[in-house]
Amino acid sequence: MIHINITDLWLSNYLCLLDVLAASQNNSNSGWETKAVEFFQDQLKERDTHTLVPSLNDVPLHYLKPNSLVKFRCLIQDMFDPEFYMGVYETVDPSTKTKMLRCGKYKDVTECGVDFNSRNTVTAERQTFYCVPIPGENPWVKEISSSCLTEARVVPSTSYAPSRQKRSYEEDDDMDTQPQKQREPHAGPHSPSEHHGNGDCKRQETEAPSSQTASASHLDLNFPLPGEKGPSCLVKVYEDWDRFKLNDTLEVYGILSVSPALSALADEKDASSSLLDPAESMETAEEQRVHSPPASLVPRLHMLHAKPLPHNNPLLPSIPVLDKESTLTVVILSSTLSEMASVREEILSYFTHVLLGDALAAEYLILHLISNVYSRRDVLPLGKFTLNLSGCPTVASYTERFYQIIQQLVPSSHYLAMSLQNMNQMRLVPKKDYVANRLVSGALQLARNTSLFLDETQLEQGQLDTTGVRNVTALGNLISWQKVDYDFNYHQMEFPCNINVLIASEGRSLLPSDCQIHLQPQVAPSHLEESLSSIHMHPQASSQLNKFRIYLSMARLLDYSISDEVTKSVEDDFVDMRKDDPQSISAEDLHRMLVVARLLSLSLGQTSLSRDSWLRAKHIEMLRRSRMEQHKCVNGNEP
Amino acid sequence: MSSPTSTPGGRKRGRNTNPPTPSSEDPTSPPSQRRRGQDSSTGDLMPMPTSPATDMLSPAAPQDTSLFSSPRPSVQPNEVDMSSPLMYGTPMRGTPARQRPDLGSVRKAPQVDLHSEPPSTDGAVASEPNAGQRLVIWGTDVNVGTCKEKFQRFLQRFTDPNSTEDENAGLDLNEPLYMQKLEEISVVGDPVLNVNCRHVQSFDAELYRQLICYPQEVIPTFDMAVNELFFERFPDSILEYQIQVRPYNALKTRNMRSLNPEDIDQLITISGMVIRTSQLIPEMQEGFFQCQVCAYSTRVEVDRGRIAEPAVCRNCNNTHSLALVHNRSVFSDKQMIKVQESPEDMPAGQTPHTTVVYAHNDLVDKVQPGDRVNITGIYRAVPMRVNPRQNNVKSVYKTHIDAIHFRKTDEKRLHGLDEEAEQKLFTEDRVQTLKELAAKPDVYERLSSALAPSIYEHEDIKKGILLQLFGGTRKDFSQTGRGNFRAEVNILLCGDPGTSKSQLLQYVYNLVPRGQYTSGKGSSAVGLTAYVMKDPETRQLVLQTGALVLSDNGICCIDEFDKMSDNTRSVLHEVMEQQTLSIAKAGIICQLNARTAVLAAANPVESQWNPKKTTIENIQLPHTLLSRFDLIFLMLDPQDEAYDRRLAHHLVSLYYQSEEQMEEEFLDMAVLKDYIAYARTYISPRLSEEASQALIEAYVDMRKIGSGRGMVSAYPRQLESLIRLAEAHAKVRFSEKVESIDVEEAKRLHREALKQSATDPRTGFVDISILTTGMSATARKRKEEVAQALKKLIQAKGKTPAMKYQQLLDDLRGQSETAITKELFDEALRALADEDYLTVTGKTVRLLA
Repeated sequence: MIHINITDLWLSNYLCLLDVLAASQNNSNSGWETKAVEFFQDQLKERDTHTLVPSLNDVPLHYLKPNSLVKFRCLIQDMFDPEFYMGVYETVDPSTKTKMLRCGKYKDVTECGVDFNSRNTVTAERQTFYCVPIPGENPWVKEISSSCLTEARVVPSTSYAPSRQKRSYEEDDDMDTQPQKQREPHAGPHSPSEHHGNGDCKRQETEAPSSQTASASHLDLNFPLPGEKGPSCLVKVYEDWDRFKLNDTLEVYGILSVSPALSALADEKDASSSLLDPAESMETAEEQRVHSPPASLVPRLHMLHAKPLPHNNPLLPSIPVLDKESTLTVVILSSTLSEMASVREEILSYFTHVLLGDALAAEYLILHLISNVYSRRDVLPLGKFTLNLSGCPTVASYTERFYQIIQQLVPSSHYLAMSLQNMNQMRLVPKKDYVANRLVSGALQLARNTSLFLDETQLEQGQLDTTGVRNVTALGNLISWQKVDYDFNYHQMEFPCNINVLIASEGRSLLPSDCQIHLQPQVAPSHLEESLSSIHMHPQASSQLNKFRIYLSMARLLDYSISDEVTKSVEDDFVDMRKDDPQSISAEDLHRMLVVARLLSLSLGQTSLSRDSWLRAKHIEMLRRSRMEQHKCVNGNEP
Repeated sequence: MSSPTSTPGGRKRGRNTNPPTPSSEDPTSPPSQRRRGQDSSTGDLMPMPTSPATDMLSPAAPQDTSLFSSPRPSVQPNEVDMSSPLMYGTPMRGTPARQRPDLGSVRKAPQVDLHSEPPSTDGAVASEPNAGQRLVIWGTDVNVGTCKEKFQRFLQRFTDPNSTEDENAGLDLNEPLYMQKLEEISVVGDPVLNVNCRHVQSFDAELYRQLICYPQEVIPTFDMAVNELFFERFPDSILEYQIQVRPYNALKTRNMRSLNPEDIDQLITISGMVIRTSQLIPEMQEGFFQCQVCAYSTRVEVDRGRIAEPAVCRNCNNTHSLALVHNRSVFSDKQMIKVQESPEDMPAGQTPHTTVVYAHNDLVDKVQPGDRVNITGIYRAVPMRVNPRQNNVKSVYKTHIDAIHFRKTDEKRLHGLDEEAEQKLFTEDRVQTLKELAAKPDVYERLSSALAPSIYEHEDIKKGILLQLFGGTRKDFSQTGRGNFRAEVNILLCGDPGTSKSQLLQYVYNLVPRGQYTSGKGSSAVGLTAYVMKDPETRQLVLQTGALVLSDNGICCIDEFDKMSDNTRSVLHEVMEQQTLSIAKAGIICQLNARTAVLAAANPVESQWNPKKTTIENIQLPHTLLSRFDLIFLMLDPQDEAYDRRLAHHLVSLYYQSEEQMEEEFLDMAVLKDYIAYARTYISPRLSEEASQALIEAYVDMRKIGSGRGMVSAYPRQLESLIRLAEAHAKVRFSEKVESIDVEEAKRLHREALKQSATDPRTGFVDISILTTGMSATARKRKEEVAQALKKLIQAKGKTPAMKYQQLLDDLRGQSETAITKELFDEALRALADEDYLTVTGKTVRLLA
């Protein structure tokens, strides 16, 4: 029976499927459930099936049908406590006194008439994650990924009709007792007076836009970055929740639950709290608000399947995610790898133009943009490459424009103006709020490979207060160790991260960096404005842009190795350099050169270090150092 | 929904006043059952009638029929009298029993007791089959009589000759332990008997199983047993209320993360940290009603948060005439406590879980936010209702723990005992591996190379840090008035920037369980020590501890030590020698333990180390502080080809070797962690005779070196350092005795460190006074000479009461054959001023007398 018009069925109402199964098996726990999930996962593996699933990121919530299958591209912002729920329970029909077993999985609310004394009740455990859209995701990513979904929009289009939305809640109550077929005709002449709760639903429907804006003010959705939009979601996880970590980026496939009953909880709390169990009123109002926000604002998503996202670039095939190594290399080797060198030339000339004719800085910018922490040795993150671009012109809001260009190229990024005010007031480090029992997010809670653009040219003289000092320390820790110490009030907890930090400053930055390069504009200051506007005048064809985007994300995903021969020659080189002048190169410098060589090879599409690339890395390092000598800065403490 | 269920109860005792009971509450009561099918430990119970052990609720209306047959025992609240034999056996001569809200609705538990009246209709279901003989509490396999006997036997017989628990201090370990405790109760009058579940288990495993599975039924039985026993023994003692048994240390001690639905309604012990406590909540236990018409009064017990208000007056039969009289009702204290799992128990990358705990009566306010506690209690789950007007409930339970016993784990820390002994239990396998490792002759080298493998070479520094991780033996001389003796080794690393000092610090910080990492730039004295804060909720002053206190028994890593403000650094003086922190602010005066080892890193002032200057001059730290470091290492770039080659190889391999390859080469960090923890807890080496001789010799030798040139090269502080290092080295070998090889290594390491840090660049000799007084002996001699020359010069000038400063300097310069710097001149002036020969005011020098 599963295979009859199954696609429609599982897309539109997975729960129904589950209940049918539950009833047919009379709940002997005989694995029907795993079967269902397996079946679903098989479906997803089929090409293009996943594009049929509407995405919460793109489709507004009120267009989605409750209890349908949706997907959500998100970051795990907080993990709540695990909760116990009725996995299986029995209901008694008040009129007929017939008992019926029900499945509580993938649902928030039980049916009427639960028999609490039933021996068949099974209590099970699930975990809740608070998920937000990937912070700093750039507009082009959203645009492209939603355009990929044109197909998906067609399929659930029936649910766009408002009447369906209204009906859906009550429908849930009925549908288990009524065969699937009967529901359809029944849906048509549906009259509002038929159901008691309908008035509420209607109100909710019409008021949705206004209440959303109004309640958004008192309900903080806890986005890491200010000014973010999009739905956040409470994701219920049913198995293996230990494998998820905070700040993981996932694509979650699950069943959408927006039962108004959940919101009712919040609304009627104050009025009727005296009637409730005293244990419940022990929770603070804040906690209530955070842990059970109105479902219209924060929908619940019952996870069926989640795939971790190694990148969120919609232009790259997402297939490599499934079978990591093999497919990835095949895809890359076949097409892009050969082109990488040529794309690199194009992007280099583009960056040179952007960086006012400084080709060396452009070279380093490429290296920076493809850097990635690929491993950690005890505490040492390997592969990070924080770039300090000093000597940025302060005129014509150069740094902002520069950021806009980067924004066009990387999937997610964030611009942080290091003004005194920002440093003293912003919350960078996430902090646990014990009253509301949640992790209040901060700007440094970012997904992997997010580009963080620190604009130090905005910093003026003045005093940093305690928060300011703490923020600067946090940035320093982020850069040196690629970790953020979240503030848990009684203790701190260290969360490793993988963020590309680019610091634009006038002189040497006050923050540490792996590599500093002083910009040498080839354009006279007077012509700066002109030259800058020409960048914008010169519209990059979107195909060109897409090429760059693919290139940058791809280079980051490549594997890399060093052969024994090259190792040998690198060692020799190092010894020789030290022999001439021991001061000239330290262990630190060698560290950096190895990273530069790695990134340089990758940027050329080579997966192992060649002698040439090593020499080239040495060469550009030398150029950079000699330039640094010229611009010997005043405030140098540690190189 | 007044359900018919109430009637059977009423009928049974022939009273007609029973209110329609809690029946109408439906979903607010505990979730149905433990799922026995899944609970292997109770597997044998299956045949027992399962059903609401606590007699849950009653029944949503439709099922009345089924319910009828199911045992709904006793349970009309108002008929259970406090002193009813049903509850607590024989009344204890007027000593009132105190309610135990921690056990939930215990009094309603269907105590199908042997002495009770022939069970009413309900109890029969359970009891009849085995007529009287095997009467058990309904829903469990607990037979009250047997259980009571067993427990009394346990109390009377149990001895624990090997007990190490401090609360048994002063008790005769060969006598029955709990009888002594009862005696204590009769003397002290505090009617609480704490029972270690481990004792129960070793005495009677079956009893233990019952205790864990049915705490709600078994603990009252225990109460009953202990009271009978107690009043038999001490018939004359007067207690405020009857003794309550508080079991703790249920062997199922778990991490909060591993709690699962199977634990519901069982006795569990979890550990965690208190993060929030609510205000005291008065919870009504018993409502007092008075009839407005005839003034007849009646009491109604609260059942799971509800009072069944009597509708009819029993006396005058008026309906709805009873009113609640608040101040004659009985309330008990209740407090909500939020507990968060301790940071050590957490897997990386996850956020800590929290659990709600309810404390009742005298457990209220026993714990404060920030305390680390072990909580023993009953795990509960309650369904949540979506809306009082709706029938469907949210399919989620609220969980909490009803606390029965708190045990603070950090309490002992404040009182000075080593606490981890109990905390960190090693499996036997692990101990075996560790011991095997310790038996290897090169264990010292192995461990030191396993330390921060990504940092290249610096063998001696790693060895020094390794010894710091192990620490010396803690000695207590407080009897002789000397107080605590520092056992921690302090280390300072100084050297060129970029020599991975910070990395080493980070590594150590990650390795030790109670490590703290701060940076000199970012920390203030307050952040290091402790500060007083006003709690926003309670408006109470709260002492918040800083990094040094938090790293008590651990290591405090301080980066950029040189950039710390003087003010901040000054607090370190006390910490680094006395190992305490004194605080006197905002009305709080106290002394906190800060037995922390300090690992600090400092950069030279001129950013590059200047080999022509002494350590003090290079890092500009006060010598008073420097002398408190046992070992001071320089991390400099050695410049030779072979080293470079090895370094290059090391670094390159770092960048391409896979994680697994790397791991094989070195000891696992986890092993290292355990090794250190084991040694720190179980090994406390003492000096052997030969070792003390060797130490004495070493010290005398050190003194001798300098004496030839008229300078002191060692102070007692250096001897203490040697002892600590030797002890630490013995610990590395898991040896209970410090032997001469330990002393040898201590000497070597100490010498190496000194060679680096205390060499006088002017003479090339090692000169300890650089570290102890801040200047080398030669420099001091030079200062004296200049002072004398200046004095002579002034005397030669004859009777001039005041002189120009600049003039004097020029004169002295003209006279002297060596160069006189301004600093040297100032120092000479200061020396003369100290002799009361002259005073310096601004730019003039005045002679005195």
